[in-house]
Amino acid sequence: MSFRKEDVEYVASLARINVSEEEKGVLADELSRILHFAGQLQELDLSGVETTSHIGLDQTVTRRDEARPSLPSDVALANAPEQEDQQFKVPAVLEG
Amino acid sequence: MVDAYSGIRKIHQALVDGEVTSQDLASSAISRVDQHDHEIRAFIHIERGSTDHPSEPSLGTGLLAGIPYALKDNMCFEGIETTCASKILKGYIPPYSATAAQRLQLAGGVMIGKVNMDEFAMGSSTENSAFYPTRNPWDTAFVPGGSSGGSAAAVAAGYVPYALGSDTGGSIRQPAAFCGVVGLKPTYGLVSRYGLVAFASSLDQIGPITHSVEDAAIVLQAIAGHDERDSTSVPVEVPDYLASLTGNIKGLRVGVAKEYFSPDIDAGVRESVLKAIDQLKQLGATVTEVSLPHTQYALAAYYLIAPAEASSNLARYDGVRYGFRAKDAENLLDLYKKTRSEGFGKEVKRRILIGTYALSSGYYDAYYKRAQQVRTLIRRDFEQAFMSVDVIVSPTTPTTAFRLGEKVSDPLTMYLNDICTIPINLAGLPAISVPCGLVDGMPVGLQLIGRMFDEPTLLRAAHAYEKAAGFAPMRPAMDQGVATL
Repeated sequence: MSFRKEDVEYVASLARINVSEEEKGVLADELSRILHFAGQLQELDLSGVETTSHIGLDQTVTRRDEARPSLPSDVALANAPEQEDQQFKVPAVLEG
Repeated sequence: MVDAYSGIRKIHQALVDGEVTSQDLASSAISRVDQHDHEIRAFIHIERGSTDHPSEPSLGTGLLAGIPYALKDNMCFEGIETTCASKILKGYIPPYSATAAQRLQLAGGVMIGKVNMDEFAMGSSTENSAFYPTRNPWDTAFVPGGSSGGSAAAVAAGYVPYALGSDTGGSIRQPAAFCGVVGLKPTYGLVSRYGLVAFASSLDQIGPITHSVEDAAIVLQAIAGHDERDSTSVPVEVPDYLASLTGNIKGLRVGVAKEYFSPDIDAGVRESVLKAIDQLKQLGATVTEVSLPHTQYALAAYYLIAPAEASSNLARYDGVRYGFRAKDAENLLDLYKKTRSEGFGKEVKRRILIGTYALSSGYYDAYYKRAQQVRTLIRRDFEQAFMSVDVIVSPTTPTTAFRLGEKVSDPLTMYLNDICTIPINLAGLPAISVPCGLVDGMPVGLQLIGRMFDEPTLLRAAHAYEKAAGFAPMRPAMDQGVATL
């Protein structure tokens, strides 16, 4: 598998990143080489081998369903680039 | 008179004896930073207010009380900007502290500043910092390694006795090796990741960078232990690490894996490491060959797993809740795209794209799932090897530090730096890098790898070697003007 400019464009749109025409060319080349390197995993016979996602984690941990103190909203909002009425403010989601 | 190289125990004694005060220690740390850091550039933020912290009695009586330290800038400290060396987090003031930092504060530690790193811990040279590269105190033409390059440089330069770093594929051990200091990556789950900005959550672990194994044990003691705010933190009893430093390794079974001595390992590094293995034999350890046959696949597996996790973890940087927000966005989607395109650096974007691809529909089985299966094989290799040995030793890095600019143009060449350290993260094991000599004036690191949660044996072996080798603490020649400062 090698990356073409269109592939870069597609993956970048999934990742919500804009790439310029020039960047597309460079990235297509770099990502192709990284993927080619990763391609060596294809030579292994992995049938029947289970996956490891985490080490030493046998089960999902849950906490008791009890109310606890949390950040007051003004503190939680303190880093917001823009806020209004105790909420994070963003540009319009829908046009018009 | 004590300085940052004296060791935590001696500094502690000097405080107890009233030879110095903790304010003196913080002031002299900061004045040393002022003197040298325009060249080294280890610090992103200097906490000047740390010199007027409370006096000794209120800091407690533990070994770390009143002693300054530095924090890698991907760990939150309440009220102090945390940037991850990224433009996208510029201006972010965390409303809480990372558990590891909080525990150091509870132990009376004095945080004197936040140190530089590769952006979001992605890199092996600290050249990927959005602000400026950090330089190696041994020779400023060379990189300090990365991603915890600021932590390793700050310790090597004698600013602080210790710093915290984080290690996802070698980011504590590789810079420690390059800077002639000790770097410990604890077992996955031993130190809470709460408040550590996530890169690859199944691999990230916080650990100390110090001048000696004893100091690493002291810092680990303070930060280790279960934390319910990190669901991957393991509820194990924390042993007494200092008590494990007996100096006696008679009968210890040391494994050497030929896979870690490939032709990629520089001749000088190989020679230093083989000498260290001889030293372990002289101390009474038995050395046997072990095999870790899937080692050659670790790097490829890592460069799918880590970017996959990163692409998901870094989805949160969208310009809505904190950090940088791009101007003139037409709508919400445009805001996301502009913010992320302008806010992330090149390497971070590369990894997000690789990770997004590896997780995308149609490629998941071929890449991500396969990498996770290989991870199982690597874990099993170690399980098998640890049936016949107690620790495994290897070089920490294939070469000593390289020059700034030497590897930035080729991401794959840069990735090869981590061939000896990455398998350990995939397997979740603890490992430590200790200085084992110099090649052409630059430090070499010996890596020791232990069983899960067997830091006592790992630290005992590293400490015995360090005492016998007599390298620690290593001082770069910066004060004598011999280095290119």
